[in-house]
Amino acid sequence: MAAVRPIRPETSEPVGLHAQAMDNLRFIRSTMENAGSFTAVPGQGGMLMGATALFAAFAAHLSASPGAWLRVWMGEAVLAVAIGLVFSHRKATRNCTSLLSKPFRRFVLAVAPSVFVGALLTFALYRDGMLQLIPAMWLLLYGAGITSGGAFSVRVVPVMGMSFLALGSVATLIPARFADALLAFGFGGFHIVFGWVIARRCGG
Amino acid sequence: MAKQAAAKARSAGPAVVAGSGARALDRIIHERLRLGIVSALSVNESLTFRELKKILDTTDGNLSVHARKLEEAGYIACEKKFEGRLPRTDYKLTDAGRAALEKYLTHMEALIRATRQAL
Repeated sequence: MAAVRPIRPETSEPVGLHAQAMDNLRFIRSTMENAGSFTAVPGQGGMLMGATALFAAFAAHLSASPGAWLRVWMGEAVLAVAIGLVFSHRKATRNCTSLLSKPFRRFVLAVAPSVFVGALLTFALYRDGMLQLIPAMWLLLYGAGITSGGAFSVRVVPVMGMSFLALGSVATLIPARFADALLAFGFGGFHIVFGWVIARRCGG
Repeated sequence: MAKQAAAKARSAGPAVVAGSGARALDRIIHERLRLGIVSALSVNESLTFRELKKILDTTDGNLSVHARKLEEAGYIACEKKFEGRLPRTDYKLTDAGRAALEKYLTHMEALIRATRQAL
């Protein structure tokens, strides 16, 4: 009588289960990343960015020269980015997600072109002495970037972006002496108001 | 046809390894496409049929069959409505579905821990 033996050699069960469990966890993670939106929008950070922007607007208004004016706003931009990153990181850690997640990368990629163009045009306009165009350009490009990035985030973010676009459009029409007031209204007021809404609705 | 076959193969996922550890798994959620549906819904308040289809890169037939199984198990809730003249189906993860996903994740982590200890 012939001996009965399995057609396929038996695999060791723990290794198979382990590999499958790892594969399933990877699949769950990648699906969540593909389906998720950037939820670590810093509401409280936005309010702080708004507060520093109000101080910056006041300091810029008192500045003695166009160069000093620009330095104040450049310093404020760097400070705002730092605040945004710190608060986003804090919120992402609290929500057990990572700042390097796909939704965040998509958000950054959508905002980055506007930031790049803004920096380049700021340099060009300052060099050619056309400082009066800078406030409207900043508000419009920031609005464009936030509206694009908002497509990958919570609903209030694109609304904030469109508010900046509207304010930037107004800035193109009114005299340059109101520049600091408009920047205070946008980078200060909008950040505080929308930051408060985000903090309330989206957990901080 | 080829797309359907590819989607079917993808949805089948890796073969289940028979054994005591695997037997305790929630079979409804363990299937690859159903696991994808539940995972995608866990990070969204709701998703439409079209959005789910795009995220999971699957066919209409496959998605509707697996979504119905999850609905029958009470893991997801489905709402059909009209947007103008176009039908729209919204899916949401229920509390039971979220609990099942958490239990499944715990199970997977436990399997990995147990295997590491055994090696």
